[in-house]
Amino acid sequence: MPMNSKTETDPRALVQSPQDFASQWSLIWIAFRRHRLAMTGAIIVLMLYVVAAFSEFLAPFNPNATSAADVYHPPQMIRFIDRHDDGGWSVRPHVRSLTAERDKFTLKTTYIVNPDEKIYLQFFGKGDPYRLWGVIPMDRHFLTTADPSERFYMFGADRLGRDMLSRTIYGTRISMSIGLVGVTLSLALGLILGGVSGFYGGRVDMIIQRIVELVISLPTIPIWLGMSAALPQDWSPLTRYFAITVILSLVAWTELARVVRGRFLALRTEDFVTAARLDGCSRKRVIFRHMMPSMVSHIIASVTLAIPVMIIAETSLSFLGLGLTPPIISWGVLLKEAQNVRSIAQAPWLFIPGGAVFLAVLALNFLGDGLRDAADPYAQDTHQ
Amino acid sequence: MTAMAKTAATNSTVLELRNLITEFVTQRGTFRAVDDVSLELHAGKTLCVVGESGSGKSVMSRSILQIVDPPGRVTGGQALLHRHRTARGSDFDETIDLLQLDPKSKAIRNLRGRDIAMIFQEPMSSLSPVHRIGDQVGEAIRLHEAVSKKEARERTLELLRKVEIPNPGKAIDQFPFEFSGGMRQRAMIAMALACNPTVLIADEPTTALDVTIQAEILDLIRSIQDESDMAVMFITHDMGVVAEIADEIAVMRFGKVVETGDVYEIFEKPQHPYTQRLLNSVRELDHPSARRLEMRETRAIGEPILVSDGITKVFGSGKRWFGGEVKGFKAVNTANLELRKGENLGVVGESGSGKTTLGRCLQRVYEVTDGRVLYTNEAGQERDIAGLTEDQLAEPWRDIRTVFQDPFSSLNPRMTIGQIIGEPLVVEGKLTGQQIRDRVHELLELVGLPASAYMRYPHAFSGGQRQRVSIARAIAPNPRVIIADEATSALDVSIRTQVLDLLLDLQKRFDLSFILISHDIAVIRYFCDRIAVMYRGQIVETGDTETVCQKPQHAYTQSLLSAVPVADPRVRGQKQRVRYQEAT
Repeated sequence: MPMNSKTETDPRALVQSPQDFASQWSLIWIAFRRHRLAMTGAIIVLMLYVVAAFSEFLAPFNPNATSAADVYHPPQMIRFIDRHDDGGWSVRPHVRSLTAERDKFTLKTTYIVNPDEKIYLQFFGKGDPYRLWGVIPMDRHFLTTADPSERFYMFGADRLGRDMLSRTIYGTRISMSIGLVGVTLSLALGLILGGVSGFYGGRVDMIIQRIVELVISLPTIPIWLGMSAALPQDWSPLTRYFAITVILSLVAWTELARVVRGRFLALRTEDFVTAARLDGCSRKRVIFRHMMPSMVSHIIASVTLAIPVMIIAETSLSFLGLGLTPPIISWGVLLKEAQNVRSIAQAPWLFIPGGAVFLAVLALNFLGDGLRDAADPYAQDTHQ
Repeated sequence: MTAMAKTAATNSTVLELRNLITEFVTQRGTFRAVDDVSLELHAGKTLCVVGESGSGKSVMSRSILQIVDPPGRVTGGQALLHRHRTARGSDFDETIDLLQLDPKSKAIRNLRGRDIAMIFQEPMSSLSPVHRIGDQVGEAIRLHEAVSKKEARERTLELLRKVEIPNPGKAIDQFPFEFSGGMRQRAMIAMALACNPTVLIADEPTTALDVTIQAEILDLIRSIQDESDMAVMFITHDMGVVAEIADEIAVMRFGKVVETGDVYEIFEKPQHPYTQRLLNSVRELDHPSARRLEMRETRAIGEPILVSDGITKVFGSGKRWFGGEVKGFKAVNTANLELRKGENLGVVGESGSGKTTLGRCLQRVYEVTDGRVLYTNEAGQERDIAGLTEDQLAEPWRDIRTVFQDPFSSLNPRMTIGQIIGEPLVVEGKLTGQQIRDRVHELLELVGLPASAYMRYPHAFSGGQRQRVSIARAIAPNPRVIIADEATSALDVSIRTQVLDLLLDLQKRFDLSFILISHDIAVIRYFCDRIAVMYRGQIVETGDTETVCQKPQHAYTQSLLSAVPVADPRVRGQKQRVRYQEAT
């Protein structure tokens, strides 16, 4: 059979790339890697989740351990080069010790550097005992004082003399996970309702979309406030935590539902979906084998963008005292400490958890943006 | 005609490209889209730039005014505008190198639209949807000339009249969406002519239009040129259009101009092998395929296999929430058509004539509002498939397959070629994994694709190759009928015949019957035994292809055929155009 498929190749064509064999995911990865800001975001997010996973090990102290002598202790800088009195030096991490002095008239405490005393630090040293993930008993910390009776404060201390660094690290776990858990819930809701809405269309779509609009038009903050105020006060902190995630995701699912619906509507008219129907695929196979793979990347991108919204929401609720409450530690709970003017004036380091929120939200947004751009690798490859 | 006298006396070259180079710098290297192009445009003459997709003709035209999309950049050469040779120019020598001007400078903005104007392919996206036609044309005037609003409006009216827009007084205050495609393109031309440009660059201005409207636009451009002595650079891939309008031709391939010359010279004595091949494939189409005629000698056409018995399809009708009925759009109106065994049936019509809808109804992708679809299966049982549910359709869908129009959207970008072709077999569930793999390799060979294609993804293939994949998928479950909806429209001319020949070879081997839906009469003439002409949802004429093409009975068919440009500059202007006005 004559098959004159031989066509001359374009002499200008650039070298054939291995992308010809690349699957969707490797194309997305190639596109994503080019996005520098998103890569930075991805690394930061990854680091935050590592911190969240190993917070007991990374925190130098028990976050709830108080020290009456170190109320509003300012942050200390870690120094690595230890100068000896004889003029020599060695590498040994330490901080300069501060001593509290109380003004006789104003009763104001000021911390003054004590030049004679150094508090030496140790990597992987023994400190407060803890159970990693509540199971494995351990007492090693990533960085702690060489002498277990001494304390150091990289991020300062709060009004009870608790170490802010340890508290911020512990807060990472709750704050970063509430985003994940909440998004998982709203993803489930959004996928089901958005998928049904987009696939069936017609009256079902009408009703679901009106519900979405209803939820969107509700003012979120009063709703959160009202719902969390309605939570029974005698619930355990953990139950409260789950209740709050449910509340957050009940409001946040709408965005995802719309994304999913939009993708469904766009894909439904694509020729390759019609082709799949004509190939004899069942409805289930059309959705899961042919349509889903094209949507997954977009969904991942919107999920990434939904997590920071959750984090912000938790932080604001907790800040207002209606979200999580002590003894649970989250960034929002920590920021509640920084609510009054006194703390701004006296202990500005209480805002450090705010910096963590800022970092996490920014990194997640960059990551999500990069994913969204990379999600459709074919859109960018027009100039080949 | 002072302008005429001025140009005739001396050299009439108004725009001259010298060694133009445009490059796209990408991650993977530098891509030279326009490679050392030298051309001349003469006043009052039309230069047609021909070439297949990706040959760099559009980028070349955009380089002249430095409006190449990033990351493209003009990296070398000159584009000399000889203003003193134009009607607007002064007596002393005034030559401007457009490429020396800063792309954002006022100097080049002054030239854009005033000395050199452009019209583009897609008239809908080139007009602003939120401004009135009159305001958009008027703006073009007021940008370059200090005239009052009132004056600009008067000139706009005059321009609209000039481009033959009916009732310009009303049209001036209308929005683009109220215009048809042809009217929009006329408005675009009016805008381009607003300042009497010396050079008009038309980038595939008729490609998105139906043939009858294309013929009118071509007439319009020619008549305007006759009046104003404007130089036109006309970019197209359609040799028929070239034969119709060109004075000179430049053939582009892979970014280079391979041949330039007078229109008669090129059509009669093409020098470059590429030009020869291009013209051959154009001429080969438009005649019955020898392969097909030969096949029909040995194998007679059989009984009807797929019959459309009064199919009607109405879109968007239904009941409103509070009673009352919504009257839908009748896309197909009682269509009667039969496809016989071993036959190629062509359905031709302009955009919106309902030919695609008819095809989809025949395959029952769409529900049929009224009428019967009679399919005779292999065992000879006739069955009405109009009322079947999706589950019951599984069997007829294995027998009636489709080749889609768009080779890009019809292949799932997330699946390998092997998976795409094997999908109907996997779903059928009769073969084992190894058998399916063997069958797919066999199919790849049948359609002329290398075995290495199996593991690749669609994005690694060109349009023609993708269409082969689509064909392989269609024949995978051993079908009996294939509905090819504009299967060759997205392909370049030289690849078109290849794909059609492939379909004919497959027909010979597997005893297939085809329905080819197309707007292109040449393709139908090459491929189809019988033809059905559709107009506004109705089949107005059916019959033997050659009979219909040579002696069309219905007035619409006559107008359609008379509008098709013939790829021969000698017959230009000899053909009598028939305009069809539907009796209301």
